[in-house]
Amino acid sequence: MAFVQQSSPHAHNARPTSRVMLWVIIAALPGLLAQTLFFGWGNLINVIWCIAVALASEAAILALRNKPVAFFLKDNTAAVTGLLLGLSLPQFLPLWVSAIAVISAIVVAKQLYGGLGSNPFNPAMVGYALVLISFPVAMTTNWAEPAMLWKGAPGFGETLGTIISAKQTAVDGWTMATPLDEYKHKIATHTAEEVLRHPTFGTGVARGWEWVNAAFLAGGLLLVVLRIITWHIPVAFLAGLTIMSLAFGNNADQYAPVTLHLLAGGTMLGAFFIATDPVSAATSHQGKLIYGAGIGILIYLIRTWGNYPDAVAFSVLLMNFAVPFIDHYTPPRTYGHHKPRRGLASRDQG
Amino acid sequence: MTQLWNFSGGVHPAENKHQSTARPVRVAGIPDLLVLPLQQHIGEPAEAVVNRGDRVLKGQKIADVTMGMGVPIHAPTSGIIENIADLPVPHPSGMNDRCITLKPDGEDQWLPLSPISDYRGMERDEVLRIIREAGVCGLGGAGFPTDIKLRPPRDRKVSTLILNGAECEPYITADDMTMREQADEVVAGLKIMAWILRPERCVIGVEDNKPEAVDAMRKATEGTQIELAVIPTKYPSGGEKQLIEILTGMEVPSGGIPADIGVMCQNIGTAVAVARAVFEGKPLISRIVTITGEAVREPGNFEALIGTPVEYLLEQAGLEAERVSRLVMGGPMMGYTLHTTAVPVIKTSNCVIAATAVELPAPPPEQPCIRCGECAEVCPMGLLPQQLFWHSKASEFEKAEHLNLFDCIECGACSYVCPSSIPLVQYYRYAKGEIRIQKAEQLKADRARERFEARQARLEREQQEKEQRRKERAKAAAEAQAKKQAEAQNASAEGEATDERAAKAALVQQALARKKAKADTAKTDADVPAGETPDIPDLEKQLAHAQSKLATMQGMLDDAKAQQADNVDKLERAVAKNHDRVKRAENALADARKQLANQTESQSTD
Ligand code: SF4
Ligand code: SF4
Repeated sequence: MAFVQQSSPHAHNARPTSRVMLWVIIAALPGLLAQTLFFGWGNLINVIWCIAVALASEAAILALRNKPVAFFLKDNTAAVTGLLLGLSLPQFLPLWVSAIAVISAIVVAKQLYGGLGSNPFNPAMVGYALVLISFPVAMTTNWAEPAMLWKGAPGFGETLGTIISAKQTAVDGWTMATPLDEYKHKIATHTAEEVLRHPTFGTGVARGWEWVNAAFLAGGLLLVVLRIITWHIPVAFLAGLTIMSLAFGNNADQYAPVTLHLLAGGTMLGAFFIATDPVSAATSHQGKLIYGAGIGILIYLIRTWGNYPDAVAFSVLLMNFAVPFIDHYTPPRTYGHHKPRRGLASRDQG
Repeated sequence: MTQLWNFSGGVHPAENKHQSTARPVRVAGIPDLLVLPLQQHIGEPAEAVVNRGDRVLKGQKIADVTMGMGVPIHAPTSGIIENIADLPVPHPSGMNDRCITLKPDGEDQWLPLSPISDYRGMERDEVLRIIREAGVCGLGGAGFPTDIKLRPPRDRKVSTLILNGAECEPYITADDMTMREQADEVVAGLKIMAWILRPERCVIGVEDNKPEAVDAMRKATEGTQIELAVIPTKYPSGGEKQLIEILTGMEVPSGGIPADIGVMCQNIGTAVAVARAVFEGKPLISRIVTITGEAVREPGNFEALIGTPVEYLLEQAGLEAERVSRLVMGGPMMGYTLHTTAVPVIKTSNCVIAATAVELPAPPPEQPCIRCGECAEVCPMGLLPQQLFWHSKASEFEKAEHLNLFDCIECGACSYVCPSSIPLVQYYRYAKGEIRIQKAEQLKADRARERFEARQARLEREQQEKEQRRKERAKAAAEAQAKKQAEAQNASAEGEATDERAAKAALVQQALARKKAKADTAKTDADVPAGETPDIPDLEKQLAHAQSKLATMQGMLDDAKAQQADNVDKLERAVAKNHDRVKRAENALADARKQLANQTESQSTD
């Protein structure tokens, strides 16, 4: 008899990466639904388009790199990168700009660094930051005005037509600045009360945006409950942002209030879906807390004193830089040892 | 209520224990042939004390360890020693090893036994000797000789004695059934060990997924000082270090032993073996083995004689041979696969899983690590499995060692959860093996270097002595000459009576002296052409190098022969080649020496 020879353990209970990624996609659906309800078809089209481009460019570059295409495509990681970009890019962004974002994310940020697992930076955020710097006008003027889908907002066809056509003039009537942008620019010359009269804020925190953020929060909590992600990064992220805005922003006539920071812009999407990308985040629990808090604090700094209205992409990328450093200083203590062993082999033995 | 601590990490694999607890322990009976490996535990292999054809009685000692650490092996039944040969033994490598085969005669006739009813009146050493003579070793893991373990270092007082009934590996129920059916013997054995060690605290740790065992143990320990701790089910809570942490909150220092913190762990089965050795005078000749898996129709536990072929037990459990895809000795988390069902049950065999392909499917292909950190989350030792993997794969062994690779208990929790299906433990075993080899080679190289240096010093000394002798000879020669000259001059100075012969001699002497002076200047000026001077130190270095290389190759060859590795041929060729090289170097050196000696000789006698 010939028996299978195998090294232990013989049992496995891994959730394969592909299934983890599938859960991420599922958990993002409430957010996508809310975006569609409040901002029209833009994000949905973006998401479909970005996923398609992501898969195509991943397949192409894998083939170029002589890697098994089907094997890697099945891990769903490219689809998630596409999804995250589709969710974060402005609703009326021209197709070709989003394509550039996706291709640079997959080809440059991921595959040129060695593919899955080897990229030091969050690919989606590399793509986002690239187009934000290269096409600042397109990236800031294409946000949809919050409107219920069923109340005269541009229909699917109109939206698609706008996104496909290079002419951006048609969209003027349907777009506006994001609430964070609006607040930041107006507060210099107006009181908070005056600023908040702008229709983008509606009656709550920021019309539409608050629901989108709530939906991403719900999806994110699902990921935590399913143990797809741990709570450390999102909690530290939100805590960092909250503490900063409480410390500096208690005067609403000067800085955006904490509610706006938490519920406008890409906050929840960033906290639960983007910062938690395992490949480019810190690994230990302690490291994750530092990493998440760092992102939260940087977001506040950039939103408040930087040149960009939203700052998730830059903050995540900046903290990606810090990951090796954080990991270096936050190893767990091994059983039976007094201290964690930091640093490399040449350093003193702890 | 005993206070419990938690250990970090751990996983909850499917337990799969109910299959083998449905029936009481069955007695497997006597197979046609028993195979008793001479090495059943860590330490020295035993040596046979019987010969082919001997008739032995049940319980008779058939092999013993006289030098070093180990315990004897006893005949599990009466019969004839059929052979002593190399046969397949249960080992991850699937190797063959020396075994005694015993043909049972069916009479199952015991040797006269000498049970002891009151060990308390005896010397402790005497009881330890009885335990050793009964061949008792740990029945849980590596099979450490129990009598040695029961003698902790003199400066270490064992204050807590733990009986490990956690049995956290899926599938295995041998300890569970032992506790259910032999609770009194378990407690009796524990009491003997406690009497030897005099601890302040005795705890039996049982996972809460064995309520029947807990009940049985509760009854058996009623009215005693023994604590029964029911611990949460989590793998690997039965790992010695983890159980100690759960029950005492203390950690065994890295590189140390539990006795360093005043703790000792013993296995359930070991306690029973100790009780039987003392109260019944019976040696360890049988144990309880779980036979389970979906490829057997009637999984369960068997009281099997040591030496019973696995095949025999599988048959009794109703093996469906065509369904087995993987045969695991031990549990699914840490056990190893068997190559053949011919291997026997040994003292440390607790479980055999005959698994179907559906039950334990082949793992999916390995994917890149996505740094998800799952592995670190579940590691009970607080290691960074991902980094260990990374360094092991890149052969950066110092870095892996620095990250405490050797603290890894190979529990497999990290591999179990890795979404990329990376066989992490396999990488750690590889890295540990490589580091051990490197260290052994380093040691060998150091020894070779020492030998080389010693040799170098000796050669230098010899050279100096030679030089010294040469100088002395030259001095003596010069003195003799001077004396002769002086005599000749004296003779000529003696005037008229000039001795013709003496004058002639003086002339010759003078001529010789002139010539020598000339030769000396020539030597300092022109010297011998450089190319012709053999570079002795250089040649010596070459020779030493060749010799050390030969020594290394020889060592490797010996090792390879001992392990019956398949590169023996290649190594033999390499050794032969190096032999030649040494010969050549020696010849070259000898030639060079001769040449040099000739030159000096000719110069000095010129
Ligand atoms: S096998 Fe080693 S590294 Fe993996 S979880 Fe167990 S102790 Fe940790
Ligand atoms: S569990 Fe596997 S994929 Fe995740 S960090 Fe560990 S080794 Fe990498």
